[in-house]
Amino acid sequence: MWTYVGRRLLLAIPTLLGASIIVFAMVHLAPGDPIAAVMPAESSKAEIEATKRAYGFDKPLPVQYLVWLGRVAQGDLGRSIATRRAVILDVRDALANSLVLALSSSLLAFAGGVGLGLLAAFRQGRSLDKVASMVAVVGVSIPHYWAGIILIIVFSVQLNWLPAMGAADGGGPIEYLRHMALPTVALALIPLGVITRVVRSAALDILSQEFVLALRAKGLAGRRVFTHVVKNAAPQIFTVLGLQFGFQLGGSVLVEAVFSWPGTGYLLNLAIFQRDIPVLQGVILVLATFFVLLNLVVDLLQTLVDPRIVRH
Amino acid sequence: MAIRAVGGVGPGDSPGVVDAGRASLPPDVAPMSYWRTVAWRLARDPATLVAGGVLIVIVLSAILAPWLAPYDPSAGSIRLRLAPVGAPGHVLGTDEQGRDMLSRLLWGGRMTLVAGLTPVVVAFLVGAVLGVLAGYVGGLANTLVMRTMDIFYAFPAVLLAIAISGALGPGLPNTLISLSIVFIPRVVRVAESATVQVKGLEYIAAARASGSGVGPIVRHHLLANVLGPILVFASTQVSLSIILAAGLSFLGLGVTPPAAEWGLMLNTLRQSIYVNAVVPALPGLAIFVTSMTFNLLSDGLRDAMEIRA
Repeated sequence: MWTYVGRRLLLAIPTLLGASIIVFAMVHLAPGDPIAAVMPAESSKAEIEATKRAYGFDKPLPVQYLVWLGRVAQGDLGRSIATRRAVILDVRDALANSLVLALSSSLLAFAGGVGLGLLAAFRQGRSLDKVASMVAVVGVSIPHYWAGIILIIVFSVQLNWLPAMGAADGGGPIEYLRHMALPTVALALIPLGVITRVVRSAALDILSQEFVLALRAKGLAGRRVFTHVVKNAAPQIFTVLGLQFGFQLGGSVLVEAVFSWPGTGYLLNLAIFQRDIPVLQGVILVLATFFVLLNLVVDLLQTLVDPRIVRH
Repeated sequence: MAIRAVGGVGPGDSPGVVDAGRASLPPDVAPMSYWRTVAWRLARDPATLVAGGVLIVIVLSAILAPWLAPYDPSAGSIRLRLAPVGAPGHVLGTDEQGRDMLSRLLWGGRMTLVAGLTPVVVAFLVGAVLGVLAGYVGGLANTLVMRTMDIFYAFPAVLLAIAISGALGPGLPNTLISLSIVFIPRVVRVAESATVQVKGLEYIAAARASGSGVGPIVRHHLLANVLGPILVFASTQVSLSIILAAGLSFLGLGVTPPAAEWGLMLNTLRQSIYVNAVVPALPGLAIFVTSMTFNLLSDGLRDAMEIRA
């Protein structure tokens, strides 16, 4: 058990380093000289060279990477080109807002998806199963940014029930919840579809196994059979829930843009607009780190739910 | 069953729904060839057939846009801004610059389909080569390729696409590059695991024992059994690719104005929902229908191509 945990922890390190290389490379992917972009147009060659030296851009790339990585490890993500504020501060505030949305939409999708998926498996071929299949297909096919716009059109513009934009700074908890409602629903659609589908197929897999037949043959009540099936499908359900939560954090960019929700996605969108590469890098690095660590936690928790994994 | 397991049930991907109860074999007495069985199953799957029909209509209308579109997609008229659906002369209304929506949707489909399909095709080609190579050669080559691909799994797909596009800047070529990078690692994983699985089967050992070289084994025995699952997996990625391609344009990172593209149209019309609630929703509806069609089709294809005992 502990060797497995240790190995899994060690495996996360190269992944994180790899991700940091990709994020570091983003500066050099950007067209044009990264220094020329921030210097006034009339600066002389000598001035540009001096700035290059000051930022360390005259050193070879591997050295630049290590210096950058060292700073990142100390929590220094550089300064925004647009606002001159430390990137880490902006990212921290935005991340809190994104986490709130990721949690609320995940909870909604988990409850709906697990419930619908299990019911569909036990009512295979009946109308409820057809509804579940439809939810699954629609969920994975719908452009969630469009779903967000539709929600705004219906609930904000036509019915005037819920606010369409922002996060109601200083408006009190009720106002905050009202602002959360529409983005939460828009964000929940994809995981709802995926979870319904995975849970249904996992439960069907278990239902087709011989031990279920044996349970039924010995006269176990339907409800008790249900518990057995849920227990056996749990590891698979657990994995999909963990992964989907991770996707919620990184995948909310488009929905946050639609609702002007002040999270990481909105910050990212702003950075793209202003070609503010340090902010872009900071947000993506933090989100990727979160994603990798979350996957790690899911993997480790899974060994608690399903001890068979360790033996592989 | 062994082959089916490779069909892309990776974490986070939507796995096929295992239908235990579905009639899977034709009632014929004489055994059918594999592809005839597949065709037989498809012919009995109305949802897939309908999806196929809708897809043909979408693709044809995109190809024939220059002839089908009643107006120039970039010519607008200030007096005719945001005309409602069914306005005289403009069946689907006009956009915020008074341009004909039907014409723009037809032309926009060309862009969206190109931007969504190309990355999957590129990823299929590159990913299949890399994955089969890594799987067949094994050893250091495998470690090198697969660990590199793992790095890209540190990012959710949407974030990776936005990261690369955000750094490269807007434009269709950059969208194609960033989306190809999103999908290549996924195809490589599927190709590698399929290859490793097939490589271990007895008929490969038999071919090797009877003196076949690497070339013929790969060509006749390996690819023939591996390409199917890889292709099916790639087909499941098309709908996501279309949603992402349009999403990048929606963020201003994809196709640039004044070109017509569904994501971009959705973005520019977004401000107009207070004036006209229906017309701004149309480009998104087009993305939705197209992506759903591809999903239903690839689901049906996967069911039909499944190898059942």
